[in-house]
Amino acid sequence: MFSYCADPDTLSGLSWLSCYLTTGKHMMLYYSLGTVLLLLAITAPAALAFGFMGAMSARTRAPFSWFGKAYIALVRGIPDIAFFLFFVIALDQLFEWMRHKALCPDWDQPIRQGNDFVVCDAAKLPLSNASQWVHEVYGFSLAVLTFAIVFGAFAANVLYGAMRAVPRGQMETAEAYGMSQRQSFWRVLVPQMWVYALPGLSNLWMVLIKATPLLFLLGVEDIVYWSRELGGSKTARFTAYPHADWRMWYFFGLLVFYLLFTKFSEVVLERIMARLTHGQATSGGEAQRKATI
Amino acid sequence: MRNLILTTAALALSAGMAMAETVRMGTEGAYPPYNFINDAGEVDGFERELGDELCKRAELTCEWVTNEWDSIIPNLVSSNYDTIIAGMSITDERDEVIDFTQSYTQPDPSAYLSMSADADTKGGVVAAQTGTIQASFIASSGATLVEFATPDETIAAVRNGEADAVLADKAYLKPIADENDDLMLMDQEELIGGGVGMGLRESDGELKAKFDAAIGSMKEDGTLNALLTKWEIGPGF
Repeated sequence: MFSYCADPDTLSGLSWLSCYLTTGKHMMLYYSLGTVLLLLAITAPAALAFGFMGAMSARTRAPFSWFGKAYIALVRGIPDIAFFLFFVIALDQLFEWMRHKALCPDWDQPIRQGNDFVVCDAAKLPLSNASQWVHEVYGFSLAVLTFAIVFGAFAANVLYGAMRAVPRGQMETAEAYGMSQRQSFWRVLVPQMWVYALPGLSNLWMVLIKATPLLFLLGVEDIVYWSRELGGSKTARFTAYPHADWRMWYFFGLLVFYLLFTKFSEVVLERIMARLTHGQATSGGEAQRKATI
Repeated sequence: MRNLILTTAALALSAGMAMAETVRMGTEGAYPPYNFINDAGEVDGFERELGDELCKRAELTCEWVTNEWDSIIPNLVSSNYDTIIAGMSITDERDEVIDFTQSYTQPDPSAYLSMSADADTKGGVVAAQTGTIQASFIASSGATLVEFATPDETIAAVRNGEADAVLADKAYLKPIADENDDLMLMDQEELIGGGVGMGLRESDGELKAKFDAAIGSMKEDGTLNALLTKWEIGPGF
């Protein structure tokens, strides 16, 4: 990175550290930090969308509500890790199997040959001649989808509860004004439910932040992977920066990162809560009203 | 009509791309000198050089992928990559699940690394990486086995006293013993494993034949021996 880094053996102290922390390998660590943030940025709205659909389905009449309720019950009842491990493999094989059926109708060999899961070349996802970044994006998307499904179920339960917490009087008033069911749902229920949903959702956001190291389990090279890799002791024969076992320091850095991140989230969420509470018939809204008098 | 021409052109293009066969090489990237990730963040080591040369000889385009050792066989079988080239010894148990090329190293004795020359390797606690031949050897040797996901953690276990010794390939332990005064190789060695080979899916016979031929040609003209000497991995052929 820096010009004086050409011969690290002669360096010491801060200049050594500045070179050490800017090696290509450390860049991978910083890059993976971006991966984690990107995962959160995509997963949070996706999980909210899954949750909203789940909650809407759970509120409807008998046959339709089963989908929503089954989804919530299934995902909430299974350990996250088991779900993650199962889903990523299962989704991948499902997609490949569907493409295989569509693209290679004249394939005569079985798909399962002993231990191997073999589909025709055209059905592989991603194609085996695709470049590495396509594979990484595909793996990452599978992870995002799995995260969204899992956290969507929790969000569905939170939103379902929030929808029922909106005072019945509000809905009655809407009906009295002659609004149809759809109108009263979108114009009265949905705008008011967020204040009831936010405590649960913010809790979920915190859990989601803390669940990002699960990426490591899914084979995405995230910050936990690189911390362990970089922190392990290095011998001088294979690196210009030999050091002892520094994993503790790297993991400590991770700790600090997550703590700062969750603290920042708390501050932001508190502000949103204050804004949503404004004018609501909740104890928080009442307190706000009294403070302004 | 224009659509038709475009589609044909796209088809022709994709067919052309499919001609240059890409092979994805799966490795662990944590087992120097066999394979490791260098300061630039790239896969490096004996198997990187070997693999690149094999691909050149077999006229394949190769791409390197790293994967945890734990799941390296399942991910090969489910086609996340096409070969395992990760210091994997050829054993009967593995051969039931995947196929191996001919070996590209001689059977290398496994060595014990410990803090003292008289550590108890018979009845004491010995560390090894999960799913290695060394781990299954200790499991049946009478010593207590503690397993770790990465080779580096096995060394850390000896350092912090969790294990009396670690059993691993000698080529991996030697540089560590050379550079650390507190760690030493013990005299006792175990002859396990039948040499290291490349792992492939059982349904991939054609690819296996290509790599077999390439390894054979490297054995004949001495380039493999030169690589083995350069990275100090056991005796040559």
